Amino acid sequence: MQIVQRATNPWGQDVLLGIDWSLFWIALIAGGVFLILHLALRRRWIGEEKKAAANAPDDPGLPQKIQRHSLASRLFHGIMGISMILLLITGFLPKVGLQFAWLEIHWITGLILTASIVFHIIHATFFQSLKNVWVGLSDLGDMMREMRKAVTGGEAPAKPGKYPAAQKMFHHAATLAGMAAIVTGILMMWRIEQPLWAQDDYKFFGDGGWGWVYVLHGVGGVVLVTLTVAHVYFAILPEKRWMTWSMILGWIDRKDYLRHHDPAKWPVTGGK
Amino acid sequence: MAVIHDMIPDFELYQPDSLDGALEVLDRHRDSAWVLAGGMDTFDWFKDRVKRPEAVVDLGAIPELSGISETDGGIEIGAMTPLTEVVDNELIRERYGILAEAAETVATPQIRNQGTLGGNLVQDTRCWYYRAGWPCYRAGGNICYADTPESMNREHCIFDASRCVAVTPSDTAPALIALDAEMVIRGRRGERTVAAEDFFVGPAIDITRMTVLQPNEVLQSVRIPDTWAGADFYFEKVRDRNAWDFPLVNVASAMRVEDGVVQDCRLSVGAVSPVPLRMERCEELLRGQTISEDIATRIAELGVIGAKPLRHNGYKVPLMRNLIRRAIRGQAPV
Repeated sequence: MQIVQRATNPWGQDVLLGIDWSLFWIALIAGGVFLILHLALRRRWIGEEKKAAANAPDDPGLPQKIQRHSLASRLFHGIMGISMILLLITGFLPKVGLQFAWLEIHWITGLILTASIVFHIIHATFFQSLKNVWVGLSDLGDMMREMRKAVTGGEAPAKPGKYPAAQKMFHHAATLAGMAAIVTGILMMWRIEQPLWAQDDYKFFGDGGWGWVYVLHGVGGVVLVTLTVAHVYFAILPEKRWMTWSMILGWIDRKDYLRHHDPAKWPVTGGK
Repeated sequence: MAVIHDMIPDFELYQPDSLDGALEVLDRHRDSAWVLAGGMDTFDWFKDRVKRPEAVVDLGAIPELSGISETDGGIEIGAMTPLTEVVDNELIRERYGILAEAAETVATPQIRNQGTLGGNLVQDTRCWYYRAGWPCYRAGGNICYADTPESMNREHCIFDASRCVAVTPSDTAPALIALDAEMVIRGRRGERTVAAEDFFVGPAIDITRMTVLQPNEVLQSVRIPDTWAGADFYFEKVRDRNAWDFPLVNVASAMRVEDGVVQDCRLSVGAVSPVPLRMERCEELLRGQTISEDIATRIAELGVIGAKPLRHNGYKVPLMRNLIRRAIRGQAPV
């Protein structure tokens, strides 16, 4: 199996063409293997989780519904999620044999995703606390403890603030892969006919440079395949559904707040 | 880059004597197999060493793929029927003269003796950047060498480019679209039929293929219905050399005209797009019209709306316009 595709261009140079499309299957299998491993390990702690849920602490002084995501955040997440799924479908299905006119849907969706990400960056920087999602040393320690607990049992990590360490890591991995795909995707728009600017195949790079652009776009894409599998899996997992609902409704139940979050790290700012 | 060699690379040659046998081999080898009909396109690829299949399936010994027969609703032409036979067949000349005329413009008499109807329909594009073996989109790469500012793209498309700008080179395809023909495709799971105009695939849908044929399928035959038998036909092909060349633009039309009024029509243009175009907007406007110079000019103008010429093929726009006009005017009562 190859990782990248290479070819000789008209000037006799050995150039990269992009990733080998078998990596899509590997990314999908990697997502599946993670899912199976997690399901197998989950059996060890799910009983304890259910018990903890039944005996969850309560504080009637707090609002019953505690706001976790603003409407703007939820709208962004929805648009980004739909765009991402569409991009993966239009990007990979033709490569694995299902042929349809994918290119226009792909770049238009890519632009919608880009606009939503720009909105998210502005919104998160100026209207939200970046601290909530920032990964610090303590998060790394928590992550290790969480993994150790999952595999061998042992002490649970301290309760997190708004986002658990694993969720922050996921966010950063998705950011890296997404930015790689978005930046290279915008560059690649100079190589197709679209109404925004004139096609100019050699505007930025020669064949060699473009090869790296296509490789990065492909790597970003396949990493996002694995991350999407993992994300969808966690979204439908029963014990995580309180988080999924919060991304739809905007709020979490007070009991979930007290059970999963440290009020000192994430104080209540809104609710009803 | 392609280098012409005297010898072609090794491959496993299969010469099945039944279609089922051929399909079995194709199914086994899939993408690494090559279907050999008359060999007129094939051996260029092999000698240039651009295509290096592991297995070549020669359809020449399969009797069920050859011949022209009359059916209940029209005629059926085996895909392996030589073009010369199509040109000379009395039934075709009498009822579907446009097909004989189109087939007669293909290449040279020698090539028509060896080349087949199926081969002419399924042949690969003539874009020399692609045929030179360079890693363009169509060859699995990430650029169209024919669509850069310095490219030589005189023969390329003016419609429906999607990264690749290569055109379909078939002369018989527009005639078969005008005749409302059906392509009969055989795979191991059975037979399926596809309208001639849907048989060809543009780069927006599949950039590495020219037709809907899958690697384990074969074009078995072409069925032409009675619908257009004996209609008024027009075919014209413009090429650089009249002795032997691929089309710069070709046009085919079939019309039913009564008292100078077009009752029904089908119009198709080749070599202006990655697929042969059926000019449905022109057909709609033409139906019910009395043929005149004015109508022909207006419909021809409509036909070229949306054309996007490349740097060197702007001439195809007036050429296509004139050919549509002539195809319509050609039906006018004298």
